[in-house]
Amino acid sequence: MAVDIQMPALSPTMEEGNLTKWMVKEGDEVNSGDILAEIETDKATMEVEAVDEGIVGKILIGEGSENVKVGTVIMQLLEDGEDESALSAPAAPAETATPEPEAVTAPAANSASAPAKSAPKPDMDLPTNVKMVETSVRDALRDAMAEEMRRDEKVFVMGEEVAQYQGAYKVTRELLSEFGEKRVIDTPITEYGFAGIGVGAAMNGLRPIVEFMTWNFAMQAIDHIINSAAKTLYMSGGQMRCPIVFRGPNGAASRVGAQHSHDYSSWYANVPGLKVVAPYDAADAKGLLKSAIRDPNPVVFLEHELLYGEMFDVPDMDDFLVPIGKALVRREGSDVTIVAHSRMVGRSLEAAIELEKQGISAEIVDLRTIRPLDTETVLNSVRKTNRIVCAEEGWGQSGIGAEISAVVTSEAFDYLDAPPARVHQKDVPLPYAGNLEALSLPNSQDVVEAAKAVCYRD
Amino acid sequence: MAGKTKTLKTNRKELLNLYREMLLIRRFEEKSGQLYGMGLIAGFCHLYIGQEAVVVGIKAVIDEDDQMITGYRDHGHMLACGMDPKGVMAELTGRSGGYSRGKGGSMHMFSTEKKFFGGHGIVGAQVPIGAGLGLANKYLDNGQISVTFFGDGAANQGQVYEAFNMAKLWDLPTLFVIENNQYAMGTSIKRASAQTELYKRGISFGIEGVQVDGMDVLAVRDATIKAAKHARSGKGPMIMEMMTYRYRGHSMSDPAKYRTREEVKEVREDHDPIDMVKNRLIKEEWADLDSLKAIDKEIKAIVNEAAEFAKTSPEPDPSELWTDVLLEVEA
Repeated sequence: MAVDIQMPALSPTMEEGNLTKWMVKEGDEVNSGDILAEIETDKATMEVEAVDEGIVGKILIGEGSENVKVGTVIMQLLEDGEDESALSAPAAPAETATPEPEAVTAPAANSASAPAKSAPKPDMDLPTNVKMVETSVRDALRDAMAEEMRRDEKVFVMGEEVAQYQGAYKVTRELLSEFGEKRVIDTPITEYGFAGIGVGAAMNGLRPIVEFMTWNFAMQAIDHIINSAAKTLYMSGGQMRCPIVFRGPNGAASRVGAQHSHDYSSWYANVPGLKVVAPYDAADAKGLLKSAIRDPNPVVFLEHELLYGEMFDVPDMDDFLVPIGKALVRREGSDVTIVAHSRMVGRSLEAAIELEKQGISAEIVDLRTIRPLDTETVLNSVRKTNRIVCAEEGWGQSGIGAEISAVVTSEAFDYLDAPPARVHQKDVPLPYAGNLEALSLPNSQDVVEAAKAVCYRD
Repeated sequence: MAGKTKTLKTNRKELLNLYREMLLIRRFEEKSGQLYGMGLIAGFCHLYIGQEAVVVGIKAVIDEDDQMITGYRDHGHMLACGMDPKGVMAELTGRSGGYSRGKGGSMHMFSTEKKFFGGHGIVGAQVPIGAGLGLANKYLDNGQISVTFFGDGAANQGQVYEAFNMAKLWDLPTLFVIENNQYAMGTSIKRASAQTELYKRGISFGIEGVQVDGMDVLAVRDATIKAAKHARSGKGPMIMEMMTYRYRGHSMSDPAKYRTREEVKEVREDHDPIDMVKNRLIKEEWADLDSLKAIDKEIKAIVNEAAEFAKTSPEPDPSELWTDVLLEVEA
């Protein structure tokens, strides 16, 4: 039997890739370690090496094929002594190896294939006839940095692998070639140190963007974010400014375990002197990051790795800014308010579709900024719907949902027809096993159930 | 302890000026101690008495626009930077006339005007920040250097070495000044450091280090001239280990039981930075006891005026509770 060579998964989040180039042709002899093909993932172009020895029997996926699903057989290799007669119909792409809980296999909960277009933005003064360009969240963030770096010489970006490597998640792609190594600075792996250096540079007149490869690693640097950046303006009686953006992916990625999957929204939201932003779609990612870079205060900018590759419409404008501190009603509804931020906005929008089928009209409020919290938009929505579900990816205790529940019960108590409900990660470190990970993380079905519960529906 | 006093070149004007600067810090700190005892200063209060030659010798030879940053034992640095003693003392008493309008306290004062970047309460945190000041200098190509002060205790913090590494990697124009006063709170350097010669702590990064008699203001001056030239010329950072000694406890609440009275007495009598300058002034006949007494009187008047201001300056308005948390975004 010929050996089936499958499209490999080359990153924790890769679901498909482009087969950019074959390095072998049919009939070639290959040895273990030979390069078979080049594959472009969402993060990088990678070479695929042969594991087995043999003769290239049949190439099934041609050069230049795009969006080849992981697990698709791309080539068949003839082993010693075999000839073409050994070639047979390749096996179907492997099903997802992990049996997932029912909730996740519900069609509405499958975020990978669900269209995740932005809802119209009723609160935004966009010029009429503005062109929309479909952009990934990753590129929107990149464009925001590039535009602000063109606008202000004092803006620079520093972090691990931001320059030559083009960003661990390719968010800083091509910035080095445009702005040079003075303004796109590769740091050693030393978060505490470079966060402090960034703070000092900000205090001395620059506008640093400090990238953390993930916010998990910023735990090493949290002292500078809070003690040095957030508190100094106050402690100095208003003298010492610290205009700095700390940014990077936050929250759960995919199967990377507890130390790489932590949502820090509520941690930073607790601290006066910081602004905390957590965008969902590409337009907000761009407009809010530009605002964050211009902001005279330290801003914690929480991105989401699983959103980097998602495509959304972004207005094609010279200077598209989204103000920090304003929530957005992404979907209007009358029966229940669902408040979410970052990736849970997508899950909540999916839930709203499912709820509509069941006769429940859900209003989705995307917080966008966690601090300062736009409580007015949340309260206005609750005064209309009389019910609220708070959805977040992080843990429940002392979480964003706990905060919003407190605000709503103290300021709109008389409007509530049910106690606020919270959807959040289970109260355990995020497990690695695929089924346990899925059980731990909140999904759209959890939101659906919480919404039905506050509506007193079965 | 500090090495033998060498007779370094100086002149009447310079030495009198250094004497005056050091004495101002000494008298200011003595007054701070008094006010603390009277309950007018609260919380933590770390006095600089004994270490005056370090900051005065450095400040005397760096440029006006060079930045300084230090930890929590910061009163001396602020006075050396030319910050108003009244504003510093009023911050110690938590009054509206203080540099941080009463919201920072002893450990958290700043002056953008005098290029003093704090006043930091987390041991060692000022070291990367100081390197960052240097990064901005290099980026802006402004010819300035930053001077980052920290103690022998902070020298054991990991982030110090992260900062050393990047400062040398990028040749940042910054000086790392280790004020080795022999005790990290109550722990002597021998009990805390595997390598007690702290000027060698940069070797693995290729950072040149020197050990300096930090009780001799002229030795500090000379070492700083060389180090500042090094940093300003693009060669990157340097480490200066200043061998010094604090006479008082770590803070006002420290009984200092970890060292003997004799040890303190020996330093005060034989190595006092101010007495050494005083003796030289008299020996060179640049001053006599009467003229020095007159200087002391003048300085006491400045300090008393500062104390009076700090006692009478009103407490911050309650509305100040809510100011300076965030800056308004300009439209």
